Amino acid sequence: MSAESTHVAMTLSDHLPILQILVPLVSAPLIVLIGSRRLTWSLAFIASVLSFGIAILLLMQVIDGSIISYQIGGWAPPLGIEYRVDATNAFVLLLVTGISTLVLPYARESVKSEIPAKHHTLFYAAFMLCLTGLLGVTITGDAFNVFVFLEISSLSTYVLIAQGSYRDKRALTAAYDYLIMGTIGATFFVIGLGMLYMATGTLNMADLADRIADQGSNRTVRAAFAFIVVGMGLKIAIYPLHLWLPRAYTFAPSAVTVFLAATATKVAIYVLLRFTFSVFQPSFMFEVNTLEFIILPFAILAMFAASFIAIFQNDFKRMLAYSSIAQIGYMLLGISLLTETGLTAAIAHLFNHGITKATLFMGVGILALRSGGSFYNRIQGMGKSMPWTSAAIVIGGLSLIGVPGTAGFISKWVLVEATIEKGWWPLSVLIVLSSLLAVIYVWRVIEVLYLKTPLAGTDYREAPFSMLIPMWIMALACIYFGLATDVTLTASRAAAQGLLAGSAGMM
Amino acid sequence: MGFELTQEYILGHLNYWLFSVLMMTGLYIVVAKGNLVKKIVGLNIFQTSVFMLYISMGKVTDGTAPIFPLDMDVDPDVIYSNPLPHVLILTAIVVGVATTALGLALIVRIQEEFNTIEEDDILKIERAIVQTENAIHGDAMGGRA
Repeated sequence: MSAESTHVAMTLSDHLPILQILVPLVSAPLIVLIGSRRLTWSLAFIASVLSFGIAILLLMQVIDGSIISYQIGGWAPPLGIEYRVDATNAFVLLLVTGISTLVLPYARESVKSEIPAKHHTLFYAAFMLCLTGLLGVTITGDAFNVFVFLEISSLSTYVLIAQGSYRDKRALTAAYDYLIMGTIGATFFVIGLGMLYMATGTLNMADLADRIADQGSNRTVRAAFAFIVVGMGLKIAIYPLHLWLPRAYTFAPSAVTVFLAATATKVAIYVLLRFTFSVFQPSFMFEVNTLEFIILPFAILAMFAASFIAIFQNDFKRMLAYSSIAQIGYMLLGISLLTETGLTAAIAHLFNHGITKATLFMGVGILALRSGGSFYNRIQGMGKSMPWTSAAIVIGGLSLIGVPGTAGFISKWVLVEATIEKGWWPLSVLIVLSSLLAVIYVWRVIEVLYLKTPLAGTDYREAPFSMLIPMWIMALACIYFGLATDVTLTASRAAAQGLLAGSAGMM
Repeated sequence: MGFELTQEYILGHLNYWLFSVLMMTGLYIVVAKGNLVKKIVGLNIFQTSVFMLYISMGKVTDGTAPIFPLDMDVDPDVIYSNPLPHVLILTAIVVGVATTALGLALIVRIQEEFNTIEEDDILKIERAIVQTENAIHGDAMGGRA
């Protein structure tokens, strides 16, 4: 009897990689089929907690540098689809499931106030599908599978953004614009994959890496690289391809914005990392040129242009959306340096910016819950009536600037270190200058919250605990990861080394 | 000689020419047309071009349909086309259908809320909303929404 139960337990732990996807995937139709408004949220939350647990177990298995390869349906790679977990994507899986587990308790109140009750079941189903897609993109080792999961997450994202239409009808056009641009991006990505398949005859990432390394660069491979970078660029919102982002983030329901800002663009950056470093070799001249002469200037442009636009916003939520574009610039800058330190900075910033922006967007959602909007003159003086919410926003804001002692400082510090190491000190100056722009736009929020007199006749209650607690967990994480720098930096450095080792790191 | 080569070049790459033309046609429609439904049509043409690229790449010269005989007695001399790209594109077609459905559903909602599906009119309505917002929220802060 006991032997049998250990056998079952072993089988289950062997199947963790597929369970990571199956749990949220199955929960989505289950939510719709059960259709009970009372159970909906609990089902989604349980599924999210389970996948968070699975992500922790997976990370524990691969933290020593080993790799889990899971064959779907027992079909051996490279012909069958393979799920491949290593330190890098286990880290991303943990980030995504962790954020979703924190966002769901927060979402409960927020969604109640923003979306009519009859749509709640479908909302949470779409949310779980979005989570499934993001996890699938991260865990899979098959290039075409990336596309399929990317579309699962994108389609549900469009639905989630459109749910903002009950507050502002512009959410519909925002979702439509994102649908058009997102589909063009995903289709570009598929064209790239098709060209890779033509050149190599395989779709397994590790196998692709080997065959591309063998045959070297040729025009098909170069064209494939260009299509994949532009396609993912649309999803990441690399500077000139960012047009969908501010509108989508501004008009989406608060909980959706928190989730997307902290995970969706981060997962897209992970895919870009996988393709530039694992599938293609960083030693290819065309790749070095692309990163140095195209991505790098656009990253710097994003850091300044988006920050400038953020300063002149008078809507807190929209300001944060523009700031996200600027912060994505820092990550791309780190990647385009093509050094270990640069990559470490990019991956650390990916994580740190995820928790920072989650804190801030949660804050916006809470302010909007009480005041009915996030315009500066709607929320002015709320620092007095809602001290806890405002304090967490200040912590998030400091982390966004990169004040020492917060998470944002660490990754920016490593980024500056990376530019100096490479001898490109003007870039270090630019990083500091653009951080000063962040000081301005964050100061405007602090000024509005604390120094302006509250609107007459408003005495807002502090937010419900179900929203405050997730927000403060995020805010404390911003401080914790700013003080305990070893945790993020060690993990990021391990991931960077794994990526730079190229296909060797994948095999 | 040169002509021969050119003709061979053009005919030999026929699928790629068609792919490029369709792809650019689709993209152009998405960018140039103001009607939201027409944009979806353009998007569909754009996606279809990729289906064609994949399907044509699976064709092997003189290859037949990749179906094995029932008794699995495969003649080693028979050349089969590559079925994998076709299978991949089945998935992509499903994704395309889902995207179209969602896009059209969004258009229905936009029609309900904005009473138009012309991009220019929608922009006008949205600009009016922004101006009202600026009047309420912007002037106090000296910024723009």
